[in-house]
Amino acid sequence: MDEKIPVTVLTGYLGAGKTTLLNRILTEDHGRKFAVIVNEFGEIGIDNDLVVGADEEVFEMNNGCICCTVRGDLIRIVEGLLKRKGKFDAILVETTGLADPAPVAQTFFVDADVRDAARLDAVVTVADAKWLTERLKDAPEAKNQIAFADVIILNKTDLVCADEVSEIEARIRAINPYAKLHKTVNCAVPLDAVLGRNAFDLDRILDLAPEFLDGEDDHEHEHEHHGLKHYHDEDMQSVSLSIEGDIDPEKFMPWLQNYVQKEGASILRAKGILAFKNEPKRFVFQGVHMLLDGDLQREWKPQEKRQSRLVFIGRNLKRDEITRGFMSCAA
Amino acid sequence: MASASLTAHVTPLDAGAPVAAAAFLGQIPALALENGTVLLTTPRAEQRISAHHDASILVAVASGDKFITGGDDGRVVAASQDGGVQEIADEKGKWIDALATRSDGAIVWSSGKNVRARDKDGSIKTFPAPSSVRGLAFMPKGYRIAIAHYDGATLWFPNAAAPPDHFKWKGSHLSITASPDGRFLATSMQENALHAWRVADQKDMRMSGYPAKTRSLSWSFDSHWLATSGADAAIIWPFKDKDGPINKAPLECGARQARVTQVAFHPKSLVVAQGYEDGLLLLCRIPDGAEILVRAAPKGGRAISALAWDHAGGRLLFGAADGAAGLLDMPA
Repeated sequence: MDEKIPVTVLTGYLGAGKTTLLNRILTEDHGRKFAVIVNEFGEIGIDNDLVVGADEEVFEMNNGCICCTVRGDLIRIVEGLLKRKGKFDAILVETTGLADPAPVAQTFFVDADVRDAARLDAVVTVADAKWLTERLKDAPEAKNQIAFADVIILNKTDLVCADEVSEIEARIRAINPYAKLHKTVNCAVPLDAVLGRNAFDLDRILDLAPEFLDGEDDHEHEHEHHGLKHYHDEDMQSVSLSIEGDIDPEKFMPWLQNYVQKEGASILRAKGILAFKNEPKRFVFQGVHMLLDGDLQREWKPQEKRQSRLVFIGRNLKRDEITRGFMSCAA
Repeated sequence: MASASLTAHVTPLDAGAPVAAAAFLGQIPALALENGTVLLTTPRAEQRISAHHDASILVAVASGDKFITGGDDGRVVAASQDGGVQEIADEKGKWIDALATRSDGAIVWSSGKNVRARDKDGSIKTFPAPSSVRGLAFMPKGYRIAIAHYDGATLWFPNAAAPPDHFKWKGSHLSITASPDGRFLATSMQENALHAWRVADQKDMRMSGYPAKTRSLSWSFDSHWLATSGADAAIIWPFKDKDGPINKAPLECGARQARVTQVAFHPKSLVVAQGYEDGLLLLCRIPDGAEILVRAAPKGGRAISALAWDHAGGRLLFGAADGAAGLLDMPA
């Protein structure tokens, strides 16, 4: 059985600590070997791992989908890395500080060869606790990276006081309430916080509750989150909707597909868990801009409430329009 | 399905590693392996040459009696039939992404955007392409090189002051090949399509409908046909007329429930060798589509990844992604 190679994407604005996190992953004694795709050689010193220089060449697919940009160099590199299959366990892609994570993610949706060989595990964004508030004001790239993230490492928390940490955390949550957030100094996180997340695995989309309500294994964080201020970010938000009960797939699928075709440029991430009428299994989907990936998943459990839930994270989302569209899909 | 069979004329070979390319170095069948080794096989003995130590061969093309290989160690190496290894270039760890050779010993390779042409006397010229280069080919006439990149292709004369010619077509172009008569240039594309230009006036020809990328392209000796991989049959486009395949349907040879991964036209007759993703290999005659089986799909077999005819067309060497390989001796 050919296992797909997991790919972790590391993003973060200039100086946030991406290289620190990368070095931490690589030097920890975990027995795993990585193929690392970087834009600049130099600061990472690695013995056992394979380092590949990339050019971050983003290009449009010639398929009429204007925001279907992909990383051409990544397609080429993954193809080449397959020749070394068996010599590494996972791929890490470090993007430049100004990079938009979407083309990296979309490469894994769009290119059949890449998709056959590798799977996107998670987008991990490193943020600088001292400077993120400023960057969210003046750098759209930084905001994109936060909005897109599955995991956010809020780093350099030792450089600010506790109030500032909860302030910046609230700012992050205004943009992306769903990412797993870790507060660190020197990016000190356990490796399983960033690797093996399965964030793009349809089978792992379990629920769509905001991360700070879910609390999972992180009681300390949960506790802190309750004190967060509520901010509204001017241009990047999330919209979360639910319908108690079933929806009609004949209405929902065309609506969703048309909506992402029309508004995909502003939708960074989308996820949903839906109860289709007369369907014992949950339908789950996820998307990046105009690209969608969905499938029937496990059966609804007897004690589980059949509920249809949808989450968009994006720029200037039209909440009313989305709500009207989704609500009209009720069965 | 093929009724005739040449399977009894195949000598199986064990390459021991996935095969990146096949070639005849003079008369010697040779395989470039993904583990960095070049394997020379003669009836009595085999010889393994470590061309790229602890690295992978990404691209390899024969040049006379040498196998020119490019690796993910950034090196371009010439492995000779006597077992010798000569380093042609070292791009300081940057992968060698594309490679082409010419019968006079000239070599061209690329890493990232940089294209370097080395003429038969060893003089090297560099050309910075507009974006990363995915495919290279020598034009049949003159010291002129075709370069595939994003948004089109470029024809470059390394020794001339003339500016390069740009052939524009939006999208990412991968493999590139020129017809033996030099009239047409064809590229495979990221979007599962083939693109071609008439060299004289850059007239565009677009051939789409492939279910996968078409990465193996091979011209018939007379330049009348271009065989391509990427579908559940070899798709063979007619290029005899001045408008090439415009408004014409391609031939589909050897339709099966498996994808064609490699194609190679016979050097002297209208027969195409085609390998599939399940390891099956057959010969198909143009234009009647008669098929002859060369290798049945082995149980659990992997894709045919390399094909090469010898110069006379009497032998066909093949290699597969699972390290299986073989040599067909055509009965006289």
